[in-house]
Amino acid sequence: MRLKIILALATLSALLLSWDLYRIFLQVPDEASQGAIFRIIYFHVPAAITSFAGFYVAMFSSIGYLIRKDLRLDAAAAAINEVSLAFATITLVTGSIWGRVIWGIWWTWDPRLTSFFVCWLIYVGYFMLRRAIDDPTARARMSAVLSIFACVDIVLVWKSIEWFRTQHPGPVLEIRGGGGMAPGMEAPLWWNLLALLMLSTALILIRMRQEAMQREIDSMRRFAHAF
Amino acid sequence: MSPASAVAIEGVWKYFGDFPALRDISFDVKAGSCLALLGRNGAGKTTLLRILAGLSKAARGRITILGLDPRAEKTRQRIGMLGHGIGVYEELSAFENLRLFGRLYGVDDPRKTATEWLERTGLDRVRDGLVREFSRGMRQRLAVARCFLHNPSLLLLDEPFTALDDRAIQVLQELLKTALAEGRTIIMSTHQLREALELATDVALINRGKLGFRGERTWEMLEDPGWLYRHYGEA
Amino acid sequence: MSFLGQTLAIAAKDLRSEVRSKETVNASLSFALVILLLFSFAFDPDSDQVREIAGGLLWLVFAFAGTLILNRSFARELVNDCLDALIASPVSGAQLFLGKCLANYALLMIVECISLPIFAIFYNVRLPQRLALLFLVMLLGTWGLTVIGTLFSAMTVNLRLRELMLPTLVYPLLIPALMGAIQLSTVLIAGDTLGEQNLFWFRLLVAFDVIFTILSLGLVEIVLVG
Repeated sequence: MRLKIILALATLSALLLSWDLYRIFLQVPDEASQGAIFRIIYFHVPAAITSFAGFYVAMFSSIGYLIRKDLRLDAAAAAINEVSLAFATITLVTGSIWGRVIWGIWWTWDPRLTSFFVCWLIYVGYFMLRRAIDDPTARARMSAVLSIFACVDIVLVWKSIEWFRTQHPGPVLEIRGGGGMAPGMEAPLWWNLLALLMLSTALILIRMRQEAMQREIDSMRRFAHAF
Repeated sequence: MSPASAVAIEGVWKYFGDFPALRDISFDVKAGSCLALLGRNGAGKTTLLRILAGLSKAARGRITILGLDPRAEKTRQRIGMLGHGIGVYEELSAFENLRLFGRLYGVDDPRKTATEWLERTGLDRVRDGLVREFSRGMRQRLAVARCFLHNPSLLLLDEPFTALDDRAIQVLQELLKTALAEGRTIIMSTHQLREALELATDVALINRGKLGFRGERTWEMLEDPGWLYRHYGEA
Repeated sequence: MSFLGQTLAIAAKDLRSEVRSKETVNASLSFALVILLLFSFAFDPDSDQVREIAGGLLWLVFAFAGTLILNRSFARELVNDCLDALIASPVSGAQLFLGKCLANYALLMIVECISLPIFAIFYNVRLPQRLALLFLVMLLGTWGLTVIGTLFSAMTVNLRLRELMLPTLVYPLLIPALMGAIQLSTVLIAGDTLGEQNLFWFRLLVAFDVIFTILSLGLVEIVLVG
């Protein structure tokens, strides 16, 4: 049953993405001030939203683990964070490419991108921590605490970098195209978001299945050790 | 759990990663008794004692100590634990260490209690000496003082007679005998059979995480300490 | 004994140990001096450029030197299994945490108060008349550093790679507090007035401190025991 859901989600998102790609490259016109590269926001922004949303959903899963002590909730949190980290990487890379084309530099310290980078660093630390702890219960609770700290902190990081940039302005990646997007241009963004959300859910479910199989192997190993 | 049980352990399991350190452990310890917890190295004795002391949580099962959860503040107040490490600070003096733990355990007059216990363990002459300068025997005696100073109802001792010098063994044995006479409960893990079995009223044997034997300490066991291992030890 | 009494007993114990051994504060101060020296090779200490980055330099020194102290915080409890003795005692995780925070805070402030004049000397910076405000920034910023650092010291205490993991986890999380402290310090050291704009940073520092103190007190028991 699970497998069917994963397959369905993956197929749907693949179809949606293909249709979107067609629309983005063939139907949507070039943006007035930024040109062809503006199309990158159709991947950059949805990836950013998917990733961000993922981190917060994972935090709730972590809190769920702390309350119910069910290791599957920890596995879910880890899977969601992993996929979100991947999408965060995509956000950073697409943002960097975009900046290179528009401003000529690989990194512009754009406030949103910088905040994302901090987020990325925090979650790389999250996985380093998980790898450093052998005992599954200890790993689950430390990860949960870190996840909560991270999500609370990110809000403050965002606000502080934003304010810093108003005091020290620099090159900014304009998502609204410097004046607001024409109605026809915005739609693919939201469709792509839907596609990426479905894709990320499929990936998370796959990852969780891997974790569940790993746990089964672990418990069989335990059994073997005991006798 | 009967009302006279100081400690009730029901169906406790504990894992370290893949490895089941404790498997379905269940037994009671009556108030006022002294249980010798036997087992080979790695059998799970220390793991069980740490769970009882509230340092660790069982993966499955239930533990009740003096009617409460091991982690409850009231419970911890009434438990004295002597683990592998001596649990005293190198950079503090003997007196400062005992005063600190007196304060943490909510003792009425920490300074007075600290001084009393320094006398009882023969450390009053070095009360202001820093622990880092103490001999091994002196450290052990200070550790014992720390364990007893708050008049605990339950004493958890992990291989207490290991690496003690003669004087420390004497001090500890006296204290334990007095404690038993006062109705306190003692759980003592050991593989030093003679000293432990002398004091013990009950015996439990842990064998690779499982409970191999639980019963009263008999003269047979005292006469021939290896008897238990031969009959109920690992295959 | 009261909540506060026991907390202070733990703080006093840490401070007393440190005063007797002096190992952590000495290492931390040496490290601060080395960083100040190294940075002097990167920037010409006489130029005006230093004014612009003074705040950043100062807080980098504080953050790096501070990590040494914070790392030791729970690590020192591993000797003789003292951490077990503390956790087994009736004190709550919150008291243990708060006691250690207070001790760490004192040690960090000592290192910072010694580093600040040395920084001023090395970099030819005239310390502002409004030293009191700069001190306030140090008080607020250091508390943020302390709270996060102490909690993660507890989290990483049993890890092999403790010295590596603590900075990796802690620095990104500290960014809002460090930014606030850096901005305010730069303005104050340059002798400029703190305008409306910069009040934001004060509010941020206070918010950071309050939020993470509460969060840490709430979660520390989970970190220490489970």
